[in-house]
Amino acid sequence: MKELRLMKGNEAISEAAIRDGCDGYFGYPITPQSEILEYLMAERPYEKTGMIVLQAESEVASINMVYGGAACGKKVFTSSSSPGISLMQEGLSYMAGAELPAVIVNVVRGGPGLGTIQPSQADYFQSVKGGGHGDYKLITLAPASVQEMYDFVGLGFEIAFRYRNPVLILSDGAIGQMMEKVYLTEQKTRLTNEEIREKYPWATLGKVPGKHRNIITSLELESAKQEKVNIRIQAKYREVEKNEVRYEEILTEDAEYIFVAYGTSSRICQKSIELGRAKGMKIGLFRPITLYPFPSERINELAGKCKGMLSVEMSAGQMVEDVKLAVEGKTKVAHFGRLGGIIPSPVEVINAIEEKLMGGK
Amino acid sequence: MANITDEDIRKPENLVYSRTKVLTENIMSYCPGCGHGTAHRIIAEVIEEMGIQDKTVGIAPVGCSVLAYNFFDLDMQQAPHGRAPAVGTAVKRLLPDHFVFTYQGDGDLAAIGTAETIHACNRGENITMIFINNGIYGMTGGQMAPTTLPGMKSSTSPYGRDVATMGNPLKITELLAQLPGTIYVARHAVHTPAAVRKAKKAVRKAFENQKLNKGTSFVEIVSNCNSGWKMTPNQSNKWMVDHMFPYYPMGEIKDTVGKE
Ligand SMILES: Cc1ncc(C[n+]2csc(CCOP(=O)(O)OP(=O)(O)O)c2C)c(N)n1
Ligand code: SF4
Repeated sequence: MKELRLMKGNEAISEAAIRDGCDGYFGYPITPQSEILEYLMAERPYEKTGMIVLQAESEVASINMVYGGAACGKKVFTSSSSPGISLMQEGLSYMAGAELPAVIVNVVRGGPGLGTIQPSQADYFQSVKGGGHGDYKLITLAPASVQEMYDFVGLGFEIAFRYRNPVLILSDGAIGQMMEKVYLTEQKTRLTNEEIREKYPWATLGKVPGKHRNIITSLELESAKQEKVNIRIQAKYREVEKNEVRYEEILTEDAEYIFVAYGTSSRICQKSIELGRAKGMKIGLFRPITLYPFPSERINELAGKCKGMLSVEMSAGQMVEDVKLAVEGKTKVAHFGRLGGIIPSPVEVINAIEEKLMGGK
Repeated sequence: MANITDEDIRKPENLVYSRTKVLTENIMSYCPGCGHGTAHRIIAEVIEEMGIQDKTVGIAPVGCSVLAYNFFDLDMQQAPHGRAPAVGTAVKRLLPDHFVFTYQGDGDLAAIGTAETIHACNRGENITMIFINNGIYGMTGGQMAPTTLPGMKSSTSPYGRDVATMGNPLKITELLAQLPGTIYVARHAVHTPAAVRKAKKAVRKAFENQKLNKGTSFVEIVSNCNSGWKMTPNQSNKWMVDHMFPYYPMGEIKDTVGKE
């Protein structure tokens, strides 16, 4: 029998990290994700698995602690909400440049500025377009349930280490705070330093006598060499785009109109579909699970078969740009969103698709 | 001894000075006459003498010493500007049996990275922090640093540092000595053989302290930046003694080890 527990999304992140054999967490409090640090501090994993937990002096410090830990080949992560993630951008860019694996959780709140502590999806651009400087990508997973908050921690580490690149779990205040049942996994053991040396020969664990030293850096002053580094990193992203696209479809086979939505919005859309189908509307949902790599190919296929797509986001219209690019003009694309921390109601969403794509009621 | 030949001199048993094994053969990128190279050397010698090359991880900053990882024959990480203490914190927490040191300039440690510096020391991270204070931003071409002296000219204080508008030089080392987390705080220089010997002793102590797991050890090295100061190496060393030393006096500032 699998272990089942009722948990908040934020708590699920922490429990998943402990059980996945994570080595360390570094974070700074911010609503609506402080439970991640609080849960870890209360659980004291350092006594059970040896995982360390540290409250940093800022998100700038947190991400640089993650940099240091990841550079040792350790499984480390941090979490924050929007303003804190903005502060981490330099560090994330360095990590992508130095090719370091880690998991970063953003439990998004409404912005800009200090904004609101209520849920939002307005950090999409920052997440998938490279919020920091330089040509790089964050592999971005968008959970839509507490179970996915749990599952994506392990998955995130797996992908991060496979490609040596940070993975972002892009959640929001609703998923972070809501409680659902979660199937838990078995406790994994943490890797020893010897195992890390074996698996990740690039890790800085001390120079082995007679062997080449390991250097973790994103600096290359010679342009010709730096360009080669860039080309190699880009090639890696092409691999990510080939192998890691994930999505879910609900009732898209016969759908004339399709919602494209992730995270909390996708949950609202599921309810909208029930309401709409009851009225005889042929509507379905396409839910990107990876926002980068974006499931453009599948969206393009679906676009050829439907009359229109509505990108439903708790933002002024960010993902809709990627939907339009994917659709290549094959069908009508519109956006519906609520801002400032407001979650749209299922009825609002139905009204929006009728008004924007079906020519009114 | 009168008829000693060149061949005799080259015999291994007559070797009195050589490159330490903890430095690579890469040619250093520092300007001739700069103190960075000497500071590197004493750190490398200490690591060699302690026999901890395989258990040491060094953190390079952003600044002239950004390429320190090319010169130390060690596993090294290059940290974002000012963040070496945060990076070093995680490395040491995750590798408690290793020796971890950060190496930072004054802009890195005492301006952009002030928060990380103070908090790492305040938590008493069991690491060694080496602070090269040359009173200027060397790498970016001689701009004013938090440690630039009153009246001192730099490319961003071309008429001299006006303390009324630009603030006073920050004695961050004295500030850090106030924190219970630091167990050893010292200030030295590397401009003469005698100074090098003293500085090396301090660096050795700062590394040995990691075995005690009691807190942070911090060694400031007041150094020259002949290029940034627009002087010859000799002039810069003299200027350093005459002007920097009165403001940043040499010596042991705090040593709690063995005193409780
Ligand atoms: C975030 C960021 N801001 C600014 C810089 C530019 N920068 C590089 S080195 C440096 C100052 C270095 O001075 P210092 O730390 O005193 O070291 P020195 O070069 O004198 O040894 C600055 C401002 C940077 N690389 N990153
Ligand atoms: S610019 Fe100054 S600090 Fe940098 S290497 Fe030259 S002399 Fe040294």
